[in-house]
Amino acid sequence: MKSAVIVFPASNCDRDAKVALTQMTGKAPAMVWHQDSELPDVDLVVLPGGFSYGDYLRCGAMASQSAVMKSVKAHADKGGMVLGVCNGFQVLTESHMLPGALMRNAALKFVCKPVGLEVQETQSGFTRKYENAQRVTFPVAHGEGSYFADEDTLDRLEGENRVAFRYAKGENPNGSARDIAGILSEKRNVLGLMPHPERVVDDVLGGTDGRALFQSLIEALS
Amino acid sequence: MKARVFITLKNGVLDPQGKAIGHALNGLGFASVGEVRQGKVIDLELAGSDAEKARTELKAMCEKLLANTVIEKYEIELK
Repeated sequence: MKSAVIVFPASNCDRDAKVALTQMTGKAPAMVWHQDSELPDVDLVVLPGGFSYGDYLRCGAMASQSAVMKSVKAHADKGGMVLGVCNGFQVLTESHMLPGALMRNAALKFVCKPVGLEVQETQSGFTRKYENAQRVTFPVAHGEGSYFADEDTLDRLEGENRVAFRYAKGENPNGSARDIAGILSEKRNVLGLMPHPERVVDDVLGGTDGRALFQSLIEALS
Repeated sequence: MKARVFITLKNGVLDPQGKAIGHALNGLGFASVGEVRQGKVIDLELAGSDAEKARTELKAMCEKLLANTVIEKYEIELK
């Protein structure tokens, strides 16, 4: 599986993504600068966490306008896989590649802690190696992760089984609508989530619950 | 030409910052303060003097970048 990680100014989980991808796939991802308009020939594009463009205007708003995002959209339109984590999720909603928006945490505080999640949907190239309703723990680290969408959109996401991850009961850290932590695109080849699977692929880092996400991708893309 | 764009959250979208401001004002003794909602003001300078063209262009700017119309609405003021 060939992958690329997009690097925006003030991305700060790009190296975490690189380490996780290298460890899981055995191949280092291409690191692609936001001003590059061409993507290398890859199966998976990762939009990493961080504070792209200093979160100016709105989180992810500036990054969504960068040169590389046109190619990322084209990659997704052709059916290529795209994974957006944290700030990457914000970039995906700002780019309208995923519906809804991520807003200031309900308690107005930056939250940085491990959070219990439930895998809600295993029929996707990102989640097929998990069990249905499997409980996993991923860390979160964000100030603006409260998922918002209008009721019709939320109903549609649920009706089409596009809620991939939900915060476990009582663990919603940010006030997200219907405890939503991660969603799939209509074609199920784009996943955005606020928690960080790339930070839990090695026991040394405190957990391995994120490994199955990368194993799913490897299996789906082989 | 100068323009001012007001960006505010749509009705029904939760505004925890506005709520916190309201609580703080109540705490300062401003008991009359009810619901508070906050937003952004963006001032722009534009070349040209055609107001209609400017308004059309500003609308496109709001739709494309300045506002996230999933959660925000905008108003344009030309000066």
